[in-house]
Amino acid sequence: MSDIAGTKPALRWVVHASVLFLVVLWVVPTLGLLISSFRTADQIATSGWWRSLFPSEQNLTLRSAAPETQVLENGIYVIEGNLFDEGTKATISKWGISSRAIDAFAPGETAELRKGGTITLDAAGNYRMENPDEFTGSRGSRVFVTAELPPEFTLDNYHKVLLAEDSTDSMGRAFFNTLTVTIPATIIPILVAAFAAYALAWMDFPGRALIIAAVVGLLVVPLQLALIPLLKFHLNIGIGKGYLGVWMAHTGFGLPLAIYLLRNYMAGLPRDLIENARVDGATEFQIFTKLILPLSFPALASFAIFQFLWTWNDLLVAKVFLIDASGQTTVMTNRIVELLGTRGGNWEILATAAFVSIIVPLIVFFAMQKYLVRGLLAGSVK
Amino acid sequence: MHPAFQGLLTIAIGVSGCVGYFYLSNQFLDRVLFPPRGPNAGRNINRANMIRPWLFLFPALAALGLYLAYPVVETLRLSLTDRVPGGGYNWVGLDNYIQMAKEPKFWEAMRNNMFWLIIVPAMSTAFGLLVAQLTDRIRWGNLAKSLIFMPMAISFVGASVIWKLVYDTRPAEQDQIGMLNALYIFFGGTEPQTWLTIPFWNSFFLMVVLIWIQTGFAMVILSAALRGIPEETIEAAILDGANPFQIFFRIKVPQIKTTILVVWTTITITVLKVFDIVFAMTNGQWETQVLANYMYDKLFRANDWGVGSASAMVIMLLVAPILVWNVRNARKEME
Repeated sequence: MSDIAGTKPALRWVVHASVLFLVVLWVVPTLGLLISSFRTADQIATSGWWRSLFPSEQNLTLRSAAPETQVLENGIYVIEGNLFDEGTKATISKWGISSRAIDAFAPGETAELRKGGTITLDAAGNYRMENPDEFTGSRGSRVFVTAELPPEFTLDNYHKVLLAEDSTDSMGRAFFNTLTVTIPATIIPILVAAFAAYALAWMDFPGRALIIAAVVGLLVVPLQLALIPLLKFHLNIGIGKGYLGVWMAHTGFGLPLAIYLLRNYMAGLPRDLIENARVDGATEFQIFTKLILPLSFPALASFAIFQFLWTWNDLLVAKVFLIDASGQTTVMTNRIVELLGTRGGNWEILATAAFVSIIVPLIVFFAMQKYLVRGLLAGSVK
Repeated sequence: MHPAFQGLLTIAIGVSGCVGYFYLSNQFLDRVLFPPRGPNAGRNINRANMIRPWLFLFPALAALGLYLAYPVVETLRLSLTDRVPGGGYNWVGLDNYIQMAKEPKFWEAMRNNMFWLIIVPAMSTAFGLLVAQLTDRIRWGNLAKSLIFMPMAISFVGASVIWKLVYDTRPAEQDQIGMLNALYIFFGGTEPQTWLTIPFWNSFFLMVVLIWIQTGFAMVILSAALRGIPEETIEAAILDGANPFQIFFRIKVPQIKTTILVVWTTITITVLKVFDIVFAMTNGQWETQVLANYMYDKLFRANDWGVGSASAMVIMLLVAPILVWNVRNARKEME
């Protein structure tokens, strides 16, 4: 077989390297967003996400424990503890007690505190403050350290985005709204289209070819044209903006592809099967429900995935037919666009919100890729 | 009522409504209208079989007609009228189109759309073909394809956020958090650039997002087409001493020409409808306007239905040749 990659070892390496390069190019942007969603706002704002994978040297301002924790040991007041939160494994390389000389001391050295007493700090952040007089004040002393910190990630952003009560950051409601839009908008067109596809594939009647041609034509009609006439129509019949309207719109817009895919698939089913059933006295309705529908499962699944991805990811249809001034019916894509406007700099919120909206389609995508690919091939390759 | 509950109820009503309609209308046809019994049994069966297709088709045809066919006509009508304050419409002929043609923003959108129409399908198809060819014979090819296909599942809005992070700009004295600027500085750039505000070039940075999404689509279809090429043709070429590049460009590509065309036109249609990316990333500022976003601006911000509909008709006009081509192909196939 003509293995282009196999003919010369050098060429084979070029092929592997270029594929790797392309894959990295395609994956890295998404990876960046995913990693950013696990970082704090400070981390995102001060260093590129790719640095978060490695230990980083940072300048931190930390504080010792408050004077109220001091104990009296052999006539000396002592405060002991660790500067870092529990679980943090940092290595201090330099430290200081004044913002003007943050690298004055090495780990293990002892510094004179301005308010009296001394402090000794080791590389792991353990400190011991000693003072012959009592420590005063309500807060501990500031310590400036230059430390190498291990990669650190947090789930706080997800907590905030999914569960926050205040409506500005919350994606929780939008998540459910999106789900509410998506599921009926996926199921109903399948049903309507399946019957029509069966009629177009296996029933003979005048005008059939014309209808098929019309469906192919409608496949490419930009839905932009439908916005105003349909909004007007919905307002006239009293649906207004709401779920019912958006379900109907998605059903209408999804139908051409659904009919086209299902008809092509059904037309490919063996003729004998259907004719035998007819001879055996099955009604068309029975043939359809008992024979065609189960056999068409792969095509139904393909379309279901398309329609699911399309309605989940849609912004325009939801904006026009669903979202009203109350803001109660917002969907995730719309929330994210709003966040881009109002919180364009808050990458931790944006990244997390975007990832929450991306994750469901990604799961569907990887779980059902086989059907998606089949559907794409049925829909375009001739 | 909670929307989720309302959703469940709608599924129930919708599904049972559909099933009920199909079941009952069939029953009515077979039991009441033309029962296959009695003296006219034969005639009745024929009549029932003439009507049944339309029972099966009716809901779909009604929805297609109302949601896709009627709007085309109605939009055409709206584009030739103006709303009169207080209700009603005025016939204004081509005024809306003339007014639109006088707006520089419209021509900016047209110019950008032309670039989009040339570059995005070309690049997506080229990358798709490249990946399809390269991954064809390597062991981890399927994994590679899967990963490059992945952006297909990501919404345009999600993709916009992903790429906005890539294009992010920080002041020169700070660490860059956007990959593009970080690379730019790393390779000797002095000033970090705000990529999305550089007129003319910023459109290309937006196109990258769509190319990134569409390449996977092109790859999947072209990969299947490449595998469908008869092996004898390639073997013959190898025996004749063709090198890999000749095999690819002279033997393989000509054989999948039709598929390439199909991929190209499908992506072209996606490009014409592209709205979310521009809306989310620049909203047409800094000379990045495209037709679909221009139309949205006119319809829902300026509330000018006349000009908005006129620009929608322009999109329709650009799609029309592909529509005709598709229909013609479909008819050819059925014969």
